[in-house]
Amino acid sequence: MPIQYYIYLALALFSIGVIGVLVRKNAIIVFMCIELMLNAVNLLLVAFSKMHHGVAFAIDKASTVGIDGQLFVFFIMVVAAAEVSVGLAIIVMMYRNTHSVDVNFLNRLKN
Amino acid sequence: MNAIILSALLGVVMMFSGIVLKSKPAIVSTALASLVLLLIGNLLETYGIFSIRVNTHDMLDFTKFGYFFNTLAIAATLLYVILSGKDVIKVGNYPADCFALIFFVLCGVSILSSFNNLLMMFIGIEIMSIPLYILTGADKKNLKSNEASLKYFLMGAFSTGLMLMGIALIYGASGSFGIEAVKLANAVPGGALPQAPILDVIGLMFVFASLLFKVSAAPFHFWTPDVYDGAPSVFTSFMSTIVKAAAFVAFIHLFENKATEMGNIWKMLMVLTIIATLLVGNITAVFQQSVKRMLAYSSIAQAGFMLFALYSRNDMAKEGILLYTVAYSVATVGIFAILIKMKDYTFDGYNGLAKTQPLLAACNTVFLLSLAGIPLTAGFFAKYWMLASVVKAGGAFAIWLVIIAVLFAAVSVYYYFRVIQSMYFKEGNAETTEISQGFKIGLLVMAAIILYVGINPDGLLQWFYL
Repeated sequence: MPIQYYIYLALALFSIGVIGVLVRKNAIIVFMCIELMLNAVNLLLVAFSKMHHGVAFAIDKASTVGIDGQLFVFFIMVVAAAEVSVGLAIIVMMYRNTHSVDVNFLNRLKN
Repeated sequence: MNAIILSALLGVVMMFSGIVLKSKPAIVSTALASLVLLLIGNLLETYGIFSIRVNTHDMLDFTKFGYFFNTLAIAATLLYVILSGKDVIKVGNYPADCFALIFFVLCGVSILSSFNNLLMMFIGIEIMSIPLYILTGADKKNLKSNEASLKYFLMGAFSTGLMLMGIALIYGASGSFGIEAVKLANAVPGGALPQAPILDVIGLMFVFASLLFKVSAAPFHFWTPDVYDGAPSVFTSFMSTIVKAAAFVAFIHLFENKATEMGNIWKMLMVLTIIATLLVGNITAVFQQSVKRMLAYSSIAQAGFMLFALYSRNDMAKEGILLYTVAYSVATVGIFAILIKMKDYTFDGYNGLAKTQPLLAACNTVFLLSLAGIPLTAGFFAKYWMLASVVKAGGAFAIWLVIIAVLFAAVSVYYYFRVIQSMYFKEGNAETTEISQGFKIGLLVMAAIILYVGINPDGLLQWFYL
């Protein structure tokens, strides 16, 4: 399949994530949308990694070009997991104090 | 490498010291000792005496600039803990953890001063921001702190998503995560991706936007006042100084070479961003009633000045950013240290401070003059270096940019001097909490640094060339 298809798919997923972050009011859903953005990036990185590898492989059979793209994906997954643990803790902390996870609540500081 | 490894290790040590040490002052002393150790470790590596060597496969590149910036960041943190350490332990129930998080932030800072690969930049920015989300929400029972923390977290994670998308597109176009400029005509042999140059520019724009967010520059500044206002004041002080300077160093390091790929768009983009940032920061700061919120907007305005280094991208800009780091960090840490001691954060809360606490008022005046960029203070030379670097770099807009910047610097004088006016010329009885002798000595030292750098900036910069 041409690489363009992967780019369109990843951009579509990414846009859904961005729109979700901007539109939704529930903190957990916003958070899920951010995860969707990160996963769209993962998909794109793997696709590009394969593309670069394919080009280099045709010239040199022992080439390892493109391996760094897939390595990056692991780093994103680890960092995203760290972010999830902190983020959920913050949401729980807010829930304990306000009994709601609605981001509309976040207007108190704009006085 | 010393700074990265030691700060991570000392962070873990701080975490466990919370179990062993029961008295809070002992925790502050441990943190101070660890910071001194970290500073020594970094200096040893700077002068090539001792360093932990790890093969980083060219992902990290240790330069003199990076070492010097680490030294400045660690020294600024040391001053911060000396002045405000006693206030850090008042926030929350687990003071040792707060210090541990500060060390993890420093680990991120030292990665950001030495990355040579987009992967390391991403890791550095995340190591730096994730502890900050926690520090912002450290005051768990306070609703404002909760709100600031959630807002900062959601916005920060969103901007990380943008940055990753940018990195992925750059990788797709150029086939590498390196930060040197690539010639895209040769980047993809076989031409699997004919749109590569466009993807590259779009990717760079994504990264640019997310870094603007991290340094709180104009179109992406909206989170700054709320987060800085809501976070516990001690951590606002840390966030708005050392962390911000580190984000700038990363920004400059990345776009030093990469900006050439964007061609003529770059300078136009920078001019628009700088003017918008200066406008939003300065004009909104004028209308604030709370000093803490005014400082949040003024930090946006100062970011506008630091952005000049990105416009010019020459050696003078690099020196300028180092001077700015010192001038801005020391002054802001000092102002916040005094702010924390005040009972009332509004301008009226400062009324008559000169009568009740003359020394505090005098030091605060020096810091505010420095932020406003009055000669004989460090802030003047920081701004001078930035503007001079723009003139040196040239370009169609350079002179106009400098004129606009000077006009906005004049606007900033208004809101900084309002605090001085409250302290010296208004009747009132400014209430402060208990002020120790050590705190006063710390403030005097910082005021002395500001004045020394203001009289003799080469005294600081010569260390850079040693």
